[in-house]
Parts: sequence; structure tokens; C-alpha cells
Amino acid sequence: MKKVYDSATEALDGLLFDGMFIAAGGFGLCGIPELLLQAIKEAGTKDLTFASNNAGVDDFGIGILLQTRQVKKMISSYVGENAEFMRQYLSGELELEFNPQGTLAERMRAGGCGIPGFYTKTGVGTVIAEGKEVKNFEGQDYILERGIVADLSIVKAWKADVTGNLVFRKTARNFNPPAAMCGKVCVVEVEEIVPVGSLDPDMIHLPGIYVHRLIQGAHEKRIEQRTTRNKESA
Amino acid sequence: MAWDRNQMAARAAQELQDGMYVNLGIGIPTLVANYVGDKDITLQSENGMLGMGPFPFEGEEDSDLINAGKQTITELPRTAYFDSATSFGMIRGGKIAAAILGAMEVAENGDLANWMIPGKLVKGMGGAMDLVAGVGRVIVVMDHTSKHGESKVLKECTLPLTGKGVVDRIITNMGVLDVVPGGLKIIECAEGVTEDELRAATQATIV
Repeated sequence: MKKVYDSATEALDGLLFDGMFIAAGGFGLCGIPELLLQAIKEAGTKDLTFASNNAGVDDFGIGILLQTRQVKKMISSYVGENAEFMRQYLSGELELEFNPQGTLAERMRAGGCGIPGFYTKTGVGTVIAEGKEVKNFEGQDYILERGIVADLSIVKAWKADVTGNLVFRKTARNFNPPAAMCGKVCVVEVEEIVPVGSLDPDMIHLPGIYVHRLIQGAHEKRIEQRTTRNKESA
Repeated sequence: MAWDRNQMAARAAQELQDGMYVNLGIGIPTLVANYVGDKDITLQSENGMLGMGPFPFEGEEDSDLINAGKQTITELPRTAYFDSATSFGMIRGGKIAAAILGAMEVAENGDLANWMIPGKLVKGMGGAMDLVAGVGRVIVVMDHTSKHGESKVLKECTLPLTGKGVVDRIITNMGVLDVVPGGLKIIECAEGVTEDELRAATQATIV
């Protein structure tokens, strides 16, 4: 079974449709599937719902799809760095569903694991609990949250072998494994595709069973908040 | 007369004990890392890292290595990386000993509000709701009063909650208070602050 494609556009061929639900990996601008997002922009697919922790910045990440009005709804935990997002949200053009960050991650993981719902104490007694079933276990209240199953997952990893076994790098792993798990189809972009047998089987972060299509490409990997210290003061 | 940001951070660092795994929020809580001294503390960053190191030297920034505030950071010999579901598994599962967080309001029953002001720009709760629901001990570091001099230590929160009955200890520029049955208990007054001044600046019931 061939998983490796030549470009992001080819890897998404036949998978995109208006009104679809996409789960995307990444935290801030770290570990985002920047090549696949660019290809979705070029495809012009509309009315998209994204489950993604953040919404990028104005000209990078999911932000580029907000500029072209391709996004109908975001399911996110934090959307603070994007002026165009705020403009569309405040004018009612864009729907927003806030999820606590851990709840969003677990909704993806659970959906990918065949678990349609789970109880969590996160958000009990807050607006997040409104309209949700509450159940008491051993004296503590928990709310019911639903697993997410997306039409498509788009994910960024560091390395893959041609069977789709993935290795991530440092904190760029973040939402990528749970996002990958929850899609009916998962397309992954990596910095390097290596031959089968060159990754240590004990060091695979996400097995290739979750990965359907794969591309290699050059990534900008933009830094959102460059913070440093002086050598003198260290 | 009262503590400044760094003195509040230094006081909060006294709450940490050798061997603890701790999550620090954005703002004054981040400064706590500067005051842990010789204690063996492992910092968690909820985007998927245990063993968070200091900011990198200029030219050594790595776009794959950031903290939950999206700032470039470094790793330590003890560092471990993991995905977001695993990260919040350890938070929700009570494996993180303590979280030190900022607040807009805190109430005498331990309610915490620190994520939204209705009518103002809402950025989102990030991981704050998961942290306050899950970690062993929630320590809030905040200014005691607003710019207009109104108490932020209240009988009841007026803003939408981040968590209900979740706060254990409050460290402000005026002192340290614990959430106990019936209200708040004064643990300590800041340098130059009298107990009467602390009581006068506090709307919450002091027991």
C-alpha cells in the first residue's frame, strides 16, 4: 500500500469537501501542518470546522484560511494571537467553541480510540458544564464530554518511514498524535521520510496504522515568541 | 510597604518542596522559577514537557521547543517530552503536585476566575480549567486589589469561573491567605502590611 505522495495537494486529492470537519495538530505555531494548510487554502474548500488548540496568527497556520474565509467554526482552547480571527468572531462570521485544552486533547484521543464519551472534572461548575450531563463518582461531580471523530486529520511530524511510523521532535509533538488518531483519514507532513528499518521500533511515537498518506517537505517552522537570555548574565 | 512582583514570586517559591513536579502559569508565576534555589523541582509545561529549562542563548532558539506561553525555552538532562493527551492525563490524574497561577478574582470558598471578562475580548481558557481541577494543590498569586482599589479577594466571584472550590492558598502583594471552612485564614502579612490593613483590603470573610 503506497502512503508516500509527491506534494501536499496530491496527498489531499479526493479527501476535501465543503463543510468538512478537520482535526489539526500543533500548539501555537509549533508543530503545525503548515504545508497541508497551504494546500487546503489553494484548494479553496469552504465552511470548514477545525478542531485545533489554536488558530494560528494572521498570516501563518490556520490564520491563512481565516483570511480567505474558508473556516466556519473553530473548536479551540486559546485563540489570542490572531486579529482577523477576533474580527470575524465579533462580527458573527465565525463560530467558536472553547474547550479546555486537556478536554480537547482527550476528546481527540478518545474519538480515535473508539470511546464516544468520557467523564471529566475539568470545567465542573463553570460555563463549560452548561448543558452537559453531570455524574457523581465517589462524591465528586464529573461532566460528560464527547469523543471527536473528524473527517480528516492533518498532522506534522519530524520523521516517518514509508509505512507511516512517526517520530516527533521535542514539544512539536503536542496535539499531533491525538489529532492523528481521531481522523477517518490522516495525512501527515514530515521533514524527512526514511527507509523502512531505519527507525528504532522502540522509539516510534505513533505507529503507521494511524497514517494513511504522507509527504516530505521544507518547513518554515516560524517562532511565535522568541525569548532568550544573555550569556553574560547566565 | 507591600510585596512587589519578585517578592510575591519568592514567597510563592517557598511553597515548593524538594522533589515536586510543578506547573507555573504565565506572568508572576513564571518568575517563581527564579527563586527555587537548591530545591529539586521539575517544571511541567502543559504543551508536552517535564523538566523545562531556562530561555536559550541568542542564536540557540529551537522552533520545536517552546513552553505553554509559546516562548522559546531549553531542555535539561532530565527532560521528557510527550503529547497533549498524555500531558493532561498527568494533570487531570493528580500527578502534578502543585500549580501556581494568576487570577482576576478569587473567592472565600476557593472559586477562581482567571479566564474571561464578559464583554471584553475572550482569548480562551487554555489549560487553566484542567490544571485547577486536576493538580494536587492550587496556589494563586495576584494583586490584592484592582487598580481602583477594589478587593479581588471576594465573598463570591463576579466573573465566569475557571474552577469551583479549587484554590488552596492565595499569595497577594499584601500577604498569604488559606481557603478554610467558613472563609479565609490569614497565614502571613507582607512586609510593612498590618493585619488590619490586610482585613480592610479583603472583601472575603476572614476567620
